[in-house]
Amino acid sequence: MNISRRTLLGTAAAVATVPAISRRARAASTIKIGVLNDMSGPYRDTSGPTSLICAKQAALEFGNKGFDVEILSADHQNKPDVGAAIARQWYDRDGVDLVLDVPNSAVGLAVSAVSKEKNKAYVNCGAGSSALTGTQCSPAMIHYVYDTYMLGKSTGGATVRAGGDTWYFLTADYAFGHQLQDDATRFIVAEKGKILGSSAYPFPNTTDYSSFLLQAQSTGAKVLGLCNAGSDTVNSIKQAHEFGLKMKIAALLMFVTDVHALGLGTAGGLMLSESFYWDLNDRTRAFTNRVKSKTPNNWPNMAHAGNYSATLHFLKAVADMGVAEAKKSGIGIINRMKKMPVDDDCYQGNIREDGRALFPSHLFQVKTPAQSKGPWDYYNLISTTSGPDSYRPLADDHCSFIKS
Amino acid sequence: MLMIFGYPAPLLFGQLLLGLINGAFYALLSLGLAIIFGMLNIVNFAHGALFTMGAFVAWGLLQYFGIGYWPALLIAPLLVGLFGVLLERVFISRLYRLDHLYGLLLTFGLALIIEGLLRNEFGSAGLPYDIPAQLQGAVNLGFMFLPIYRGWVVLASMVLCLGTWLLIEKTSLGATLRAATENAPLVQAFGINVPRMITLTYAGGVALAAFGGVLAAPIYSVTPDIGGGFLITVFAVVVIGGMGSILGSILTGFSLGVVEGMTKVFYPQAASTVVFVVMVIVLLFRPAGLFGRTA
Amino acid sequence: MLGFSRPQAAAFLVMTILVIAGPFVLYPIFLMKVLCVALFACAFNLLIGYVGLMSFGHAAYYGMGAYVAAYAAKGWGLSPEIAILLGTLTGAALGTVFGWLAIRRQGIYFAMITLALAQMAYFFCVQAPFTHGEDGIQQIPRGRLFGLFSLNSDMAMYALVAVLFLAVFLLIHRIIHSPFGQVLKAIRENEPRAISLGYRTDDYKLIAFILSAGIAGLAGGAKALVFGIATLTDVHFSTSGGIVLITLLGGLGTVFGPVMGAVIYTSMENYLAQFGSWVTVTQGVIFVVCVLAFRRGIIGELAARLRIAL
Repeated sequence: MNISRRTLLGTAAAVATVPAISRRARAASTIKIGVLNDMSGPYRDTSGPTSLICAKQAALEFGNKGFDVEILSADHQNKPDVGAAIARQWYDRDGVDLVLDVPNSAVGLAVSAVSKEKNKAYVNCGAGSSALTGTQCSPAMIHYVYDTYMLGKSTGGATVRAGGDTWYFLTADYAFGHQLQDDATRFIVAEKGKILGSSAYPFPNTTDYSSFLLQAQSTGAKVLGLCNAGSDTVNSIKQAHEFGLKMKIAALLMFVTDVHALGLGTAGGLMLSESFYWDLNDRTRAFTNRVKSKTPNNWPNMAHAGNYSATLHFLKAVADMGVAEAKKSGIGIINRMKKMPVDDDCYQGNIREDGRALFPSHLFQVKTPAQSKGPWDYYNLISTTSGPDSYRPLADDHCSFIKS
Repeated sequence: MLMIFGYPAPLLFGQLLLGLINGAFYALLSLGLAIIFGMLNIVNFAHGALFTMGAFVAWGLLQYFGIGYWPALLIAPLLVGLFGVLLERVFISRLYRLDHLYGLLLTFGLALIIEGLLRNEFGSAGLPYDIPAQLQGAVNLGFMFLPIYRGWVVLASMVLCLGTWLLIEKTSLGATLRAATENAPLVQAFGINVPRMITLTYAGGVALAAFGGVLAAPIYSVTPDIGGGFLITVFAVVVIGGMGSILGSILTGFSLGVVEGMTKVFYPQAASTVVFVVMVIVLLFRPAGLFGRTA
Repeated sequence: MLGFSRPQAAAFLVMTILVIAGPFVLYPIFLMKVLCVALFACAFNLLIGYVGLMSFGHAAYYGMGAYVAAYAAKGWGLSPEIAILLGTLTGAALGTVFGWLAIRRQGIYFAMITLALAQMAYFFCVQAPFTHGEDGIQQIPRGRLFGLFSLNSDMAMYALVAVLFLAVFLLIHRIIHSPFGQVLKAIRENEPRAISLGYRTDDYKLIAFILSAGIAGLAGGAKALVFGIATLTDVHFSTSGGIVLITLLGGLGTVFGPVMGAVIYTSMENYLAQFGSWVTVTQGVIFVVCVLAFRRGIIGELAARLRIAL
């Protein structure tokens, strides 16, 4: 953590001290990428400094192909207005060509509105809401790593098929939580499962979930569906254990970093879905070996890997178009990225015209302490779903700029 | 199954008990606040941050020195109490002759500094702190599983609150303290070192908060916001109980925990707001709070 | 003129020149934010600086003003001047109710009851469907002023915000120096005495509260249109705390203090955003330093040194 913080401060200071004039002079041959995420809040570990490190790793490996790459970073504090203001300033004043990462759906949507207005490129890796490529879609954006539809389908569907057919939801009372609950409900009902009830708790600032757990238990449902993220998820699982909850837990959004925070003693046996895991194959292991010394306490999860892959893909598209052409239109670069297949150590696949990246999704079961053989050895792969099957079909998007 | 208002009775009993557990934290925090307000006339906005410090000290003791939960329960309040002495001497003591608002603003600033520094150093994802081995497990009460640790929290908090109340109301030390609150120059004239007493009172109030922080560490993960989250609610508790009233803050702390617990059954989204509704109503009809004396 | 002393008139002239020249040098969006925050701080200062009432819940009026203006512009498609007007009226209406409840209490109880009421307003905003919860109301169109002038360019929007700011600043100054304002100051200094002189102090306090809440609503509405977004941050407790800090930093009860406070605070927030939690730490340090070393604030100290009123 020490190293990452220092790197972060270093970057910030370096960016801040570059005089304005030389910034403009170099702008023509420099491509700027702004990593906008949560550097201090509940999503720091799932995005934060590790996302920045992964984006920088991509720039380093890409090298100089006729233009420089500069990477900026900022903390959106999980506030949509702060995020939108930073993005606006980056695009308007600092000549940023791509805004990257942006966990927290509310902030993700706000930044999307700015990028569309300014015709600048935006790739979201951290936010979950499937509305980003649905009713709130934008031609200037790509939704790269996962969404609530994929999670609901993969984890929700699999849990019902394994016998968990009655559900109670514990939902963070904001857009992302409700979207996740809606998307999961669709697949639970489709598999003939039943929803027996739900509790929406105030977000953020709820730390004690015990009374909701008690209510869940009293309905007699078999599965507790967690429609929340980050430290909320970690705390609700912990407390479920403490209260001896006799329900199966489906953590609909959980990252490997959350599993690390919980420990295998508590997390062992949970089912979850990610589109990347460091120990998936030789390429993912090779990537992780290259970055893990830079972030030793927080190995990359799917969102972190997404920042690496998206940066690389974006730079390839820029090189393909030429810097001058790329600077003209954000939608232009995004369209070019949609035409090129993604192929790197973390992700392989295509990006659909609505901006949905179609990478395969994996269903994992968390290992028990006895099964785990080394640091971060946390997952058993249960099944893999192909990219096109993982996500909502284009026809159901209700995306305004897609003319059928 | 017995039903009350259309809800199964075990569920309601369970919520009642859980409310009492939350109330235990409210009572510990508001007790400290009430003592500090009564004695120093300072609205201590840093109270939540000091609660947080208690939790972090407990975590640090284990992480860096291998000192476990039980010693931490004593050491953490002591260390945070010492820190309180420092705060009182360096900052707060300069404000006694000024309007309340300055004390409030100063301690608000101190809280921002403490929480900000902790967040910079440890992030806010939360650090794990395990329940001590002796208190692990749960007992089946018939209507719910009660984790033993939560039972311990209620017990420890009640004993400490009661002890503090007895200390202030029934001992000669307490009598001197109360006298100094009423008329400091007179007490000083009897040869009692009032400024030192004030410092120690602040340290005592702060130590109560830190004790609460250690109690909370195994239940919630140790985050920089752990105390700040309680703070605004606890202010409402103190105001409802009557500012400066010790018994008032203890009783109100526990009862508001229960009120909040019940709200979670009937209208969960409002759980964090119900306290303020109660506060506005109480202030409109009893300006000095439920147990406060009108000035 | 307008009750300005000579140094104040000079300072106002300088401020006006800076407001006009600003967008040609600095990023206009940033300046608009400064102006909106400055308006909000002036509104807050009207209450704490001139009546001595410390509200710990001013975000309620600012935030509700922002939400209603946002909804009027986006949901009903109203023109920006109407949207901002509705935001102002919302702030004032909410201020009437909350003020009526709160002014019966003094000092710390007044602060606490305004805090509690603001928490209830926050709860309403979390729950009401039209605010869209955590997402907030996004993509608010700036529209056409009086149905004629498009505000889509930042410069046009800036002109509107600058005019609003200067007009309201003068209005507040006029209020303070009217007989009504003199009574307010009398209440601040010695309320029993004001009562004994036959003033119905509660009425005066309530009117000041409503004015302050209304201007806060105006500032919120303008901010919503500038950034095209209204969110829970605007109604959150931290916004209430922030405005106290700004006013304290600039100087309670000074005419230019809130503006100076807004300039410094907003720049700091902007510059420190990249350093994570250092924003919070710095804010804390400023609180502590202000309370301990210069309680009169920057402008207050300056005025005291120069022996003039600013």
